[in-house]
Amino acid sequence: MPVPDVAGSVAPGTAAAAVAGGASPSSRAARGLLGAAVARKDGPAKILGEARYVDDLVLPGMLHGATVRTRAAGGILERIEFGSGIDWDSFVVVTAADVPGINATQMIEQDQPVLAEHRFRHAGEPVLLLAHADRGLLREAVEAVTLHERADPSPVFSIDDALALRGEVVPGNVYRDYLMSRGDLAAGEAAAEVFFEGRFETGAQEHVYIEPQGMIAYVDAAGVLVVEGSLQCPYYVLGTLTAVTGRDAGSVRVVHCTTGGGFGGKEDYPSQLAAHAALLTLKAGGRPVKLVYDRAEDMLATPKRHPSRTLVRIGAGRDGRLCFLDVDFVLDGGAYTTLSPVVLSRGVIHAPGAYACANARVRGRAVATSHPPNGAFRGFGAPQSIFAIEQAMDGLAEALGMSPLELRRMNMLRPGDRSVPGQTIDATTDFDAVLDQALHESGYLEKRDAFAEFNAANAAAGRPLRRGIGLATFHHGAGFTGNGEVVLASEARVRANVDGCVEVVASSSEMGQGSTTTLCQIVASALGLPLERVSQAPVDTHDVPDSGPTVASRTCMVVGLIVEQAARLLRAELIQKAGLPASGADEHAFAAACARYLDGHPRLEAQARYEPPANVQWDETVFEGSPYASYAWAAYVAEVEIDLATCEVALSGFTAVQEVGKVVNPVIAAGQVEGGVVQGIGFALFEKVAWGNTGTMANNRLTNYIIPTTADIPPVQVFFQEQPGGIGPAGAKGLGELPMDGPGPAILSAVNFALGTRISSLPVMPEDVMAALSAHALRVAA
Amino acid sequence: MSAVDPVSGQPPAPWYRPVSLADALSARARWRKDIVAIAGCTDLMVGWNAGARRLPPVLDLSALAELRSIEAGPDSVTIGATASCASIARHPVIAGRLPMLVASARQTGSVAIQNRATLGGNIMNASPAADNPPVLLAYGARLTLASVRGIRTIDYASFHAGYKRTLAEGDELLVSVTVPFPAERVTAYYRKVGTRRAQAISKIAMAALIERDDGAGPAVVRNASFGFASVGPVPLPAPSLSRSLRGLPLSGIDRAQVERALAADLAPLDDIRSTAAYRRSVAVNLVLAAIDAAREAAPRG
Amino acid sequence: MIPAPDLAFTLNGRTVSTVDGSIGAPSMRLLDLLRLHAGQTGTKEGCGEGECGACAVLVDGELVNSCLVPVGQLHGCTVTSIEGLPRVDPLVTAFARAGAAQCGICTPGMVLAARALLDRVPQPTLDDVREALAGNLCRCTGYARIYTAVLDAATDAGPGKAGGR
Repeated sequence: MPVPDVAGSVAPGTAAAAVAGGASPSSRAARGLLGAAVARKDGPAKILGEARYVDDLVLPGMLHGATVRTRAAGGILERIEFGSGIDWDSFVVVTAADVPGINATQMIEQDQPVLAEHRFRHAGEPVLLLAHADRGLLREAVEAVTLHERADPSPVFSIDDALALRGEVVPGNVYRDYLMSRGDLAAGEAAAEVFFEGRFETGAQEHVYIEPQGMIAYVDAAGVLVVEGSLQCPYYVLGTLTAVTGRDAGSVRVVHCTTGGGFGGKEDYPSQLAAHAALLTLKAGGRPVKLVYDRAEDMLATPKRHPSRTLVRIGAGRDGRLCFLDVDFVLDGGAYTTLSPVVLSRGVIHAPGAYACANARVRGRAVATSHPPNGAFRGFGAPQSIFAIEQAMDGLAEALGMSPLELRRMNMLRPGDRSVPGQTIDATTDFDAVLDQALHESGYLEKRDAFAEFNAANAAAGRPLRRGIGLATFHHGAGFTGNGEVVLASEARVRANVDGCVEVVASSSEMGQGSTTTLCQIVASALGLPLERVSQAPVDTHDVPDSGPTVASRTCMVVGLIVEQAARLLRAELIQKAGLPASGADEHAFAAACARYLDGHPRLEAQARYEPPANVQWDETVFEGSPYASYAWAAYVAEVEIDLATCEVALSGFTAVQEVGKVVNPVIAAGQVEGGVVQGIGFALFEKVAWGNTGTMANNRLTNYIIPTTADIPPVQVFFQEQPGGIGPAGAKGLGELPMDGPGPAILSAVNFALGTRISSLPVMPEDVMAALSAHALRVAA
Repeated sequence: MSAVDPVSGQPPAPWYRPVSLADALSARARWRKDIVAIAGCTDLMVGWNAGARRLPPVLDLSALAELRSIEAGPDSVTIGATASCASIARHPVIAGRLPMLVASARQTGSVAIQNRATLGGNIMNASPAADNPPVLLAYGARLTLASVRGIRTIDYASFHAGYKRTLAEGDELLVSVTVPFPAERVTAYYRKVGTRRAQAISKIAMAALIERDDGAGPAVVRNASFGFASVGPVPLPAPSLSRSLRGLPLSGIDRAQVERALAADLAPLDDIRSTAAYRRSVAVNLVLAAIDAAREAAPRG
Repeated sequence: MIPAPDLAFTLNGRTVSTVDGSIGAPSMRLLDLLRLHAGQTGTKEGCGEGECGACAVLVDGELVNSCLVPVGQLHGCTVTSIEGLPRVDPLVTAFARAGAAQCGICTPGMVLAARALLDRVPQPTLDDVREALAGNLCRCTGYARIYTAVLDAATDAGPGKAGGR
């Protein structure tokens, strides 16, 4: 797509130089827009039920699609039998033989077929697609198909079994094996005086976006294959569609619908689903086909958070100073590679936590099992490894006879420190201030004492209630890991129309996180316009450039920076060529300038491309350097009350303090943290995926997979600090994933504090509390 | 009526919505269990997704005003089979005299469920995890069943014959539930332990009604009745436990005794929501908690 | 076997009936009538089993999950889905102001659950709100902003002020 002459790429940090004349706008409407609690642009339409999600769309002649899936946990597909009593000629039927291009989802590897043909690796793998106008007949037809499968004799359902090669899903069962090693581990061990060693586990977690996954595909009058749906990453979907259909990007369009939640769950799977819808419409001669999962199919087939198993050995001097840290971190990747290597690398990099330690080794492996592939979920590997290090810090504190707070205070990263990966902590970081506020707002120190007294008194009186408080301190890197942003080289545009209305033209996909409003705020601020003059253009790959996927806490920080640069370029162009006053111009002056410009030019558009800051260098081969351009810092405090009669753990308070650079929109930012914290509470206390005997989710209903309700969640206290050290607009850092990291460790610490137990895995269900109490009683008796 | 269902394009399932009980009983007598009696539909319609086929013929009781009434007498309240959980929870007499029933009604699903779910449905669906049956067992409720042959009443405690089986005959409909007001000097203790605090299916629930004898000495158990959910194939009373507690001083009941009695009464299993061990242990804890509550309520502890 | 009855009810102020063909089989879910037949897609399907509340609507002012209501039971009833809520309502304003909608898929049901609460309890406490909304799952917000919105709407519509119904 041609871009007008104002387009250019601009490096972050050099904006002023690159956009000479782009001095800060002075319009009153725009002043203070960065940081303003403006209402969401998408709010009213959603509240009134007017927003259109994929399942709300009805196209003329539309068929409904359905998927027939394997039943065995891996094996050979020998034959597909179409039962009698069905008028099969009235159905659109697609199998692997109908794939015109490459039969593989285009992720990191191309190992996952879009439709299994012969060999398959897990139960629930798509084999056959059907479409019909009548959903009732469709359901009967799905039931009438029999897949004749020869099941693998030894499927692998756990990390331990994968590592022990009790069954082999892929040769060796390891997708990736990373090593991050710093200093001299042996010397660190020799210097240490107090040690702790532990094994920590986290379970799978289902996203439970309330809108199940769905796509509609059709071929338009121009012969272009159009796929619209619920998704986070339009260009990922486009990549798979072009490969699967053999079409070029010009004859495939991906359009983002209003998306009812993603949380990472709509990062990789929509590529599969879009390919399925596309194959059906192509087979149906371009007739629209809607493929929307019901809840049970969504939970059965789509990725979950990777289960993890982490071994931690950690040692310190008697003063508590860390001497060494040795982590063996393993993720269950499921049956195909999908995103596991990058989830793993983020997990490895976050495994040392937010602490300084000169001698450290982190080994990370993603292993293959016979579960459906696990994938992206808010936090992306970090919640798992941060959980382990935070619990290990508690264990080490106990071994030292120190409070967990003191141990953290002694070892937390401060400006000038080098983190284990090798990043020098920048001068704006003030982790102590974050921790101090969390202690203050939660009343941590007072409550620790009060709860200990309460517990002792209740134990003495035979009363069943116990209280606990727990602390987690952590940081989370924003944006793609390592060189990811370099490879992405994301682009975005800002476009102005003759009436002076401006569009943000980017592939960033609103899925509830508020990116549309945030990006518009950034652009309006840069152009000196009131917010209502700026909107986001529909996310359509035939219009928007590839701004990278909508993941990794990168949208406000990275894409925000790009659109801000583009806005400044556009403004400079108007000042230079259309007489826009360099200062004091309001929206009317802006509109007039746009009209003048467009009188002589076909369009008014500016484009910018992301170039990472020069100091962000990362050596992928040895895991050394600066893996992220910005980190957000946080200290979370959880309070629980436990009834020993039922072992139920009730959350009684939660305080989340974080430093995020710049809060671009306080309402949206707080909403992100509150929502992330509650997902973290679910991860810690409620959400347990029960695996059936073929390795798929057995509790794949909202009745049996339990996420928190209002009755379970007291108001969460959220506080922000702003140290404008991020690379984003006005110093913003990413924050979307951060809140997922802290609740797990903080809550489990609170539980262990309350009970004197050593529970080491999540989720911690009442049944686990009861078992741990029995173990504890035995230990105390002994 | 339309000839076809515009969603599925198929002939609609037979649907009968009588406005008198007599008509409903005639239909029941004619089609017996080939016709599904429905009221609040909160269990039955789970899975009636768009495009679902082969729905059963339906006898819809929701138009029968006489089945929705709640009538309080001097000694008991009689609740129509299709009275909703919400109407039960809001009823002033029930709130005053049968607090456990208010509690169980308010913990049946969510508000949207309580507005539709009926007490009769909760009983007739015969789920071992149903929320209100434990309370009905503890209060000693009686059921009134009607058919074209007449009316009979039976003790609710004897109604569940086995997993999803009841003593209702094929031509009978549940008409009402009569719950007697408890004696004085009783302690009512109800606790639902769900998978979360609301909108949950119980892992275990227990209702206890403990009647004291405040004689000259320490308070003793005159009578204790219980109801349990999710610890067996049906909602369970605990007759062994009731027998074993009768006459004992409230301050002298030990854990082992409760464990022994419950071992005979309950048959918990491992399932997708919890474990047998957890259920067994929590059942004992809840009974002890109820006894504690009764002891604390006694004038001389 | 047995004929389905003729039936008619009011949907967002308009009469729908089997006579004019706007209702099909009595077994049809109210949710499907709304979404597929009436084209009113503000009511969402999140689970199809009464767990998530995304399909919540008001029947005679009471909150129900429309996935669990057969239209055959609605004769003479008044059904209000999000499309039937006044466009200007204190709840709508308060939800927008508080940022109580993120992805928005649970929001129409949540708003109606809140409407049902405020109609019954015009000045609810936080605990009232938490009990009343417990059948409406939200995965984005962590509920905090929804609590704020509902309590604010109650204040806005409080004694002496316009709004509510």
